[in-house]
Order: sequence, then C-alpha cells, then structure tokens
Amino acid sequence: MHAIVAIKQVPDTSNVRINPETGTLIREGVPAIINPYDAHAVELAVRLKRQFGGKVTVITMGPPKASEALVECAEQGADRGILISDRKFSAADTLATSYVLARTIEALMAEGPVDLLLFGKQAIDGDTAQVGPGVATRLGLPLISYAVGVESFDPIARTGVVHRRTERGIEVLQTTLPALLTVEKEIAAIERAPLADVIRAAQYTPEVWSASEPVAFDVAKIGIKGSPTIVGKAYTPPPKKAGAAVKVAEKGVASTVTEALAKVKAAGVVKI
Amino acid sequence: MSDTKRIWVLIEQEEGKAHPVSWELLGAAQRLAAELPGAVVEGVLLGDGVEGIAAEAYRYGATKVYLIDDPVLNVYRNAPYAYGIANLVKKYTPEIFLVGATTLGRDLASAIATRVATGLTADCTELAIDPDKHILAATRPTFGGNLMATILCKTQRPQMATVRPRVLPSPTPAETGAGELVREPLGMTEADVAVKLLKVIPTDSGEQVDIEYADVIVAGGRGLGAPEGFKLLEELAELLGGVVGASRAVVDAGWINVSRQIGQTGKTVRPKLFIAAGISGAIQHRVGITGSDFILAINSDPNAPIFSVADYGIVGDLYEVLPELINQIKAQRAGHGAPEVAHA
Ligand SMILES: Cc1cc2nc3c(=O)[nH]c(=O)nc-3n(C[C@H](O)[C@H](O)[C@H](O)COP(=O)(O)OP(=O)(O)OC[C@H]3O[C@@H](n4cnc5c(N)ncnc54)[C@H](O)[C@@H]3O)c2cc1C
Ligand SMILES: Nc1ncnc2c1ncn2[C@@H]1O[C@H](COP(=O)(O)O)[C@@H](O)[C@H]1O
Repeated sequence: MHAIVAIKQVPDTSNVRINPETGTLIREGVPAIINPYDAHAVELAVRLKRQFGGKVTVITMGPPKASEALVECAEQGADRGILISDRKFSAADTLATSYVLARTIEALMAEGPVDLLLFGKQAIDGDTAQVGPGVATRLGLPLISYAVGVESFDPIARTGVVHRRTERGIEVLQTTLPALLTVEKEIAAIERAPLADVIRAAQYTPEVWSASEPVAFDVAKIGIKGSPTIVGKAYTPPPKKAGAAVKVAEKGVASTVTEALAKVKAAGVVKI
Repeated sequence: MSDTKRIWVLIEQEEGKAHPVSWELLGAAQRLAAELPGAVVEGVLLGDGVEGIAAEAYRYGATKVYLIDDPVLNVYRNAPYAYGIANLVKKYTPEIFLVGATTLGRDLASAIATRVATGLTADCTELAIDPDKHILAATRPTFGGNLMATILCKTQRPQMATVRPRVLPSPTPAETGAGELVREPLGMTEADVAVKLLKVIPTDSGEQVDIEYADVIVAGGRGLGAPEGFKLLEELAELLGGVVGASRAVVDAGWINVSRQIGQTGKTVRPKLFIAAGISGAIQHRVGITGSDFILAINSDPNAPIFSVADYGIVGDLYEVLPELINQIKAQRAGHGAPEVAHA
C-alpha cells in the first residue's frame, strides 16, 4: 500500500494579527504549524500502512522552512518527505499549486503504484478547499471531498468505501483506487507516535525537489506566472459602529430588558 | 453577438430541489450586469428530470438556462458534473461564473476551474465590477477573517467565484418569468464514473435545522456555563419562532451539534433578529453574523467584542437577563403591556 499525503505549513491563524496601518500580516511570533486537517490525513495514511503494510510519502510545496513540517510527519510515521521548493514557485494560487502537486504525484506514480492520495479539507490560511479537487481533476482520479471515515479499503481489489459529510447527511461512496480524498478531522484521531518513529525522524532529512529537478515543471504554469488570480488589494475590515449598551448593574434587570425590548420593537425587524 | 458578456450562475439542486443560494447569486449577477455593458444573466442547471427548476430561475432573473438532464446526474458526483459544465463553459465562453460555496458548490467549482484553467476565488463576501478594468472584483476574508482581500482574475475566463449562502440578500422573485432553455448532452455514461453512491445516512432529523434561513436566532456560547443552558435559549427561541445557534467553543465542547455552529467555519446567517448570549464575539464568530438586521448581545463583560457589532447590548448575567426577557415577552403577549420603565 502506498499513500501520498499533501501537507501545507501554515501560520497558526488563531494567533494571527494584522498591522492596521499596512494591512499586512504580523508574522513574528506566529508559530508555523502543519495545517490541522493535513495532520489527520497523515494519521489516516499511517494507520492504513500499519494495517496493510507499505509506505507513506508526504509532499509539500513551500519555503525551505516547510521542511520542519515534513520532519514532524516522519515523527508521526511517514516514511518519505519531499519538499518542493524554489523561488519560482512563489505567489502560486490554487491553480498553480495543483499543477505542481499533480506533476509531483505523477512522478511518484511513475516510480511505483499508488493507492491513495490524501489532502486536508482546506488550508486554514486561505480556507479555499480548492487544491485537492484541482489535483484530482488534473490526474483524472476519483475525488471524495469532505471525507469523515473509511469504511473499507482494499488495496488488492483496488476499491474502497468512504463516508463523506454533506449538508443532507453522510454519503457512503464506493470508489476505485487510486482515489483522492480531502479529509475532515474525524477521519483519524491523532495518536501518540511510537518512540521508534520519533527517533528515526530525529535523523531524517527530507528530499528537496526544485522547479527543474527531478521534475522539469513548465515555468508558464508555476508561481505567479501560472496563477490567473492576483490580490488587487488587502485591507482590515472596517469596524461596524456599535449600538448602545446598558448595564444591568446600573439600571436593574427589569428596566434593562424593557428598554432592550423596546429597541428591538422600534427596529421593526420582528413582531414581539 | 460576440460582445455579449455572459454572467453565469450555477442553479444548484439536489433531489430536485433548488438551493436558495442560487437565487441569491442570480440577484448578485443582475447587480453586476448593471455595471457591465453587454452583460446577460444566465443559469446553468444539471440533474435528472430537473427541467422544472428552469422556470424558477427565470423568475429570479435568468434570461436563459443551459440544461444538461441525464440519468447519470441523478445524484451529485464531482466527475460527471464537472465534465458537463466544463464543456458548456468551453462552448459558450461565459465572462463570469458564480457558484454557491456549499459543500457541493465548492467541490464542483474547483474541478471546473481546473478543467478550463481559470482563476477561482473561494467564499466571497462581496462582488463588484472594477470600474476601471471592467472585471470582477471578488472580496473574501482571509487569515481567519482578520484580513479582507479583493481578488482579480485578469486574463483567464470565466472569472469564477464561490459565495456562501446568506452572505448576499435573497431577491424577491417575479410573479412570472420567461426565458430560453438550451439543452446540451452530457456525453458521459454511468460506466465512465468511478464513484458510486451506495446510500445517504441522513443527519439526525432532530439536529437538522436550517439555521441559515431562520428569521430569528438565539445563539449561545461558553458563557452558558453548561449544556443545560441551551434549554433557556430554546425556550426563548420557541417564543420568538426562531432557532438556536451556537459559537464554535460550545460545539467543540460537545454541548450542541455542529449543524448549529455559526461563523467562519460554521454557517453564515442573516436573520432579522440575532440574540447572542454568553458569546464573546471573536472575529471568526462575528464574520458569520454581520448580515443580521438586528443584533442583541448579552454578555457580563462590558469589553466583550460582541458589543462592537451589536445594535443593542445588555451588560449582565444571561441567567438574570434571559428569564426576564422571556417573562416580559410572555406578559406583553398576554396583553398586560410592558411594565413601566423606571427612570433613574
Ligand atoms: C481558524 C478558526 C476558525 C474559527 N471558527 C469559528 C466559528 O466558525 N465560529 C465561532 O463561533 N468560533 C470560531 N472560532 C473560535 C473563536 O475564535 C472563539 O474561540 C469562539 O467563538 C469563542 O466562543 P465563545 O464566545 O462561546 O466563548 P468565549 O470566548 O469563552 O466567551 C464566552 C463569553 O461569555 C461571557 N459570559 C460568561 N458568563 C456569562 C454569563 N453568566 N452571562 C453572560 N455572559 C457571560 C464571557 O464574558 C465571554 O465573553 C474559530 C477559531 C479559529 C482559530
Ligand atoms: N503548498 C502546498 N503543498 C502541499 N499541499 C498543499 C499545498 N497547498 C494546499 N495543499 C493541500 O491542499 C489542501 C487544501 O488546501 P487549500 O485548497 O489551499 O485550502 C491542504 O489541506 C493540503 O492538503
């Protein structure tokens, strides 16, 4: 069994702050983490490896620092990490990113059979949820997005049954393998890694692929050149003017509530 | 007519029922069309036996509907839907293509954009036509709602965007409407589709509430202190004909089902009245509620950020305020009138 997981290192957005003057991110002191959904994807891959034997490869496109994230995946039990890194990749939008990841996966598929491709449901820095479906489309592989569980997985018969969450409920889908899944956190709870994996990871240095080696990427399709979208402007959302606030401690609860009800009524939005 | 600029909207349907976000997008498309010379608003509809939905789309302003009706499209699956629509895009070359940012829409839009190699902006909260460049300016929150970014797609076409349900107002449909139906074949058979739907396990019906389209929402957060606090919210919601919503903190704590979660990673709502009780109002929560007509916030901390978006705020303990609110509403309904306001 060979599973490939695409991961992204992202700033921990719960700690992100914006410089209100420049409208840019203050990155200092903001820890870089593995995109939370991706960590669960790695966990699923490692679990399947333990069950069926085989290997897990983790790939990421990003700056040299993103190598740290691959080492963390090795700690989690991944066997091989590939950092796809080159200045030429920078400022890629989702179309350019899916191109690079799809070509990388093709190169890995040329080395030997692959059963499963795993992506996070979305990356928390951009929340686009586009890269996984984009890669599946480029590779012409079945896509199951928002996967919450694997009911069955058979690398010999090359089929699997996957649960997917939608607005109307859980869809139970059968697919041929290889397939591409984008996963929710429920796909696999993260367990403590065995000590052997942690020790191995401490020695592990991920491979680095550039824009020309071992895959020669089409320069027109990568980075800013390969990105149809650009950011026109970025700004901090203007604060809304706050309405009045009354304090129960000052007016007592009965009259505070009466006043509030009167305000709601005056706004004429609902009949009380 | 080569200078016609088609603005397309995906008419999303499942089980023969159109998703209301489709109408919100047709409304937005008409506003964009008014700013773009030569623009026409058209719908794209796929499914199995769904022709009847086209008539609805005309009432919401579509002048034409492109229909692919085929048994393979009976249930939504990415590959045949993306294939069919990508072929329509290649044939009719729309200028702009809007899709709802639902589970289905996000899955689909990305596959279409990849097939036709164009730019797609996800989860937009605002759409406009750039007055100088005459292109779509799609604005979306990024980095957890801390930053707004306006995205442009300069050369590739169509310019694609997904928009979440309820971010845009719902238009009122015309009494009648007429348009042209353009049928196209799918060009794919069931044998070509690798993914099969075995069954759907419906969401527990008790939990399946349409909070996105509720007129009144009474939402609670960690300030409730315990899951039992939701009983009080339910009582108030029922009195007002509304539903109960929640912050992510209490969903994560397991106090209430995730279908109730409001905010960036939950649902966007735009009720007439939103009551927030014991919710601090973190940015990720606020982005989901700013479309509300009236926000009443109840929080014991006068500095809670929820007050910055509230139309009216009560600084106090929700366990004092909510029972009083319930009592006064009941008293007014019983015809006793409101108690006199005691002026200090
Ligand atoms: C990437 C990301 C995405 C997120 N997405 C969402 C999202 O979609 N939706 C969401 O809601 N959050 C989201 N969050 C979490 C968000 O940042 C907040 O942590 C969360 O909204 C806090 O929930 P809360 O207001 O219930 O809890 P708290 O922040 O703990 O606030 C509780 C409030 O209750 C008040 N209180 C306490 N006791 C009482 C009382 N007796 N009476 C009245 N008031 C009282 C307190 O003063 C306090 O303001 C997200 C975070 C991240 C990082
Ligand atoms: N630069 C990247 N390198 C590797 N994987 C990525 C990268 N960007 C996105 N992904 C994958 O695509 C998923 C969705 O990302 P996004 O479409 O940006 O929300 C992530 O959870 C990752 O699995």
